[in-house]
Amino acid sequence: MGKLPKWLLGVAAAVYLFLHAPLLVLVAFSFNDSKFSAGWEGFTLRWYERLLERDDLVHSLWVSVEVGVISTLISTLLGTMLALGIARHRFSGRTFLESLLYVPIVTPEIVVGISLLILFVFLKMTLGIGTIVIAHVAFNISFVTVVVRSRLEGMDRNLEEAALILGADEFTTFWKVTVPQLWPGILSGALLAFTMSFDDYVITSLVTGPGSSTLPIVVYSMVRKNVEPSINAISTIILVVTAALIWASDRLSQDKPLTPH
Amino acid sequence: MNPRLWWLRWSSRRPGARAWSLMGPGTAWIVAFFMVPLLFMLAYSFMPKGLYGGVESGFTFEHYVRLFDPLYIKIGVRTLVYSLGCTAICLVFGYPVAYVISRAGEWRNLLVFLVILPFWTSFLVRTFAMIFLMRDTGLINTVLLATGLRTEPLEMMNTPFAVMTGLVYGFLPFMVLPIYSSLEKLDPSLLEAAEVLGARPAARFVRVVLPLSMPGVVAGSLLVFIPALGSYLTSDLLGGAKEMMIGNLVQNQFMVANNWPFGSAASFTVMAMVLAAVFVSLRVRDEPAGEAR
Repeated sequence: MGKLPKWLLGVAAAVYLFLHAPLLVLVAFSFNDSKFSAGWEGFTLRWYERLLERDDLVHSLWVSVEVGVISTLISTLLGTMLALGIARHRFSGRTFLESLLYVPIVTPEIVVGISLLILFVFLKMTLGIGTIVIAHVAFNISFVTVVVRSRLEGMDRNLEEAALILGADEFTTFWKVTVPQLWPGILSGALLAFTMSFDDYVITSLVTGPGSSTLPIVVYSMVRKNVEPSINAISTIILVVTAALIWASDRLSQDKPLTPH
Repeated sequence: MNPRLWWLRWSSRRPGARAWSLMGPGTAWIVAFFMVPLLFMLAYSFMPKGLYGGVESGFTFEHYVRLFDPLYIKIGVRTLVYSLGCTAICLVFGYPVAYVISRAGEWRNLLVFLVILPFWTSFLVRTFAMIFLMRDTGLINTVLLATGLRTEPLEMMNTPFAVMTGLVYGFLPFMVLPIYSSLEKLDPSLLEAAEVLGARPAARFVRVVLPLSMPGVVAGSLLVFIPALGSYLTSDLLGGAKEMMIGNLVQNQFMVANNWPFGSAASFTVMAMVLAAVFVSLRVRDEPAGEAR
């Protein structure tokens, strides 16, 4: 790095500071013993204790986990199947299907949310956990497909061919050879899907119904009402959980596919 | 007969059948809950407004005509200006970061991870972090007041400054990563050749590095511009009613004003702008790439 001009390093350092300092400050002040969170008054855990007293927050956490788990399972299954179909088969309409898959990635969340709201109201569906899950799966499938497909394309197909030559049928080859090699890609896609589901506010807020507020919806209303440093505390918890999920997903995607050396 | 065997035999005679049995369910979900809703939205945008929300049957252009009202033109122009401005700022600051990472040797992975981390961190939490810094009782103002630099709080919330800062803070990682990946692929021997042939550092950058990193610049700009165009939370929380963007107009028409067809027309306008941006960037990407070789 020695050859780079000083001003360039300065700019880069400033950008990293800009990206990370606000979150570090947020975390630090979740332990601040002052209701008007701006000056440092000493260390406390009372804002975390305060969180446990809020039934709506605890309830919304369970809703988020429920929605996250169900939508992740469905989108991972469907996304993985899509990836296998696209990467392993020749068929007509392939280019069309690929562009179809990119539409959910570029469509603004607000557009996704209101168009689903129109559909659900038209079909007279009750807005609630069911509609939130449908919406989350709809935007997650494409992302899972992209992640799994890139893993598939980096995989060594010789192992599968060897299994077939040695007499395993296609089902056995798939479950005993393909899936174990693909597993890190599937897990990594699933973790990303869960993170996106767990974080989503915009789409969820449009298709949610009474009694099915997810965590981001309750946090949003806390931010709106500006209630005390409890927001810092819940933000810290969300940050720690997502950082852990992303770290795990990052490790899995760096993990090389099993290949003979 | 063993169903497995039956399936293998049956599907081996129909090459498309196997592919579509894998892709069918996922494709169906995307069509039913992504494409069909978009078509519904498009249809709603041409229908008269119903008395109690929703729409009535009929066909009208009135909602699109209404978008040309100066009030909405202003929101549209603001959205475009903020999105372009955000893209430009992200490019100016993101490029140097990508360049430093690409030359950082063993620190590369850590630096990339530090860019990815906020990228996947809750957008809501990150926006709150901006509020926590910028509000009247926030950290910046507390420091300014305590040090006597100012006697009253500096008003930052609900200003263009707050929205722009929030947008840049939200989308900067989208700019850094694609530029980094195109710089990473750059062959160092090209730079050596330029140096041997007498090009000064500035000339080496402008004539070798920059043209070769154009695909990353285009991809990064697109990845910032698209979500900025459709952004909702940033302008909602940091800008308030004064700094409305199209996303907020759409939400407002659906959840507050109860004018669904007009909201659909506004929403379809954002979608059209996004698709136009994708189309333009695909054209741009295909042109200078040929020139650089």
